[in-house]
Amino acid sequence: MLSAILFTIGCVGVLTRRNAIVVFMCVELMLNACNLAFVAFARQHGNLDGQITAFFVMVVAAAEVVIGLAIIMTIFRTRRSASVDDASLLKY
Amino acid sequence: MTFWILAPIMVAAALGILFVRKAVHAALLLAVVMISLAFLYAVMDAPFLFAVQIIVYTGAILMLFLFVMMLIGVDAADSTVETIRGQRVMGVVLGLVFGTVLVIGISQVTLGTVVGLDDANEGGNVPAIANILFSRYVFAFEATSALLITAALGAMVLAHRERLTPKATQADMAAQRMRDYAEHGKHLGPLPSPGVYARHNAVDTPALLPDGTAAESSVSRVLAARGTVRSAPALADDIDDVRRQLAGLDGSGDPAAMPETSGKAGAPAHTEEDVK
Repeated sequence: MLSAILFTIGCVGVLTRRNAIVVFMCVELMLNACNLAFVAFARQHGNLDGQITAFFVMVVAAAEVVIGLAIIMTIFRTRRSASVDDASLLKY
Repeated sequence: MTFWILAPIMVAAALGILFVRKAVHAALLLAVVMISLAFLYAVMDAPFLFAVQIIVYTGAILMLFLFVMMLIGVDAADSTVETIRGQRVMGVVLGLVFGTVLVIGISQVTLGTVVGLDDANEGGNVPAIANILFSRYVFAFEATSALLITAALGAMVLAHRERLTPKATQADMAAQRMRDYAEHGKHLGPLPSPGVYARHNAVDTPALLPDGTAAESSVSRVLAARGTVRSAPALADDIDDVRRQLAGLDGSGDPAAMPETSGKAGAPAHTEEDVK
């Protein structure tokens, strides 16, 4: 239940905030909410597969953060802005 | 027990991420959520994930966020202008609907009794995880290592910058300065230094121009963006207060010794006072 609430908050954050870094933090929040559900179900069912999955999610999240922040930095260098609205070059 | 203490804190911090204006505050609130999550993992028989959560998330990922924020600039504030009309309202409504569906769906499910991890954790949580990780999930583990190497390489490629133009020498910069002066009339000399006053002598106090207004260029741009710049005329008001009290003690009430404090008319008097 807590996991669902946190996931929803992260979702709303992604949809409403304009700063790319804050949007990214909300994505992290959603990943963490999923991890919480995995660990809780591992305890529920009495095997460790859930914890392993949570561990893999963490690894993927770390890789994703590294790449995402590098992309944000590159965009900021060329545009001098960290707002998601300015990165609309792919549209045209 | 721990859950019921940590759950409200986590929800409050997560909601705070949505509502705070500055990205740095959002990062700190995210740290609160992640540390609380780590403690929940510890309670739920997952000591390995507890350590990994603190080391990887709060240690590495949040520090990365803070570093990038410093590079981008702390003053890069969030704009409140909506580019798509009604997008924010739609986002909140969709989120609420989604959350309601999720919560109702979860509450329909009966979970049965909790088995607990005592059997699975026999002989220690970390050896048990290692046993599964290096037997059943060994290919996923190898793929993860490939992913991490790719990520590191990708970050290096993305963050690397070739120097396209030769580095500007001192002579180039001086020539550029003269060109700016010729074209835009920009002042040639260095920027004015911040104000030096009898009671406030700091970089956050702007200098006063001859007409009594504050010189914007004398304080750092970062301080101005943070909104921590003191107002020099307000400081002058303090001095005027003291003078007025002194004049009241004297009982003379000489208007010439007590310049007007409000409005532009009194401003040059402040300047004279402050520069001394």
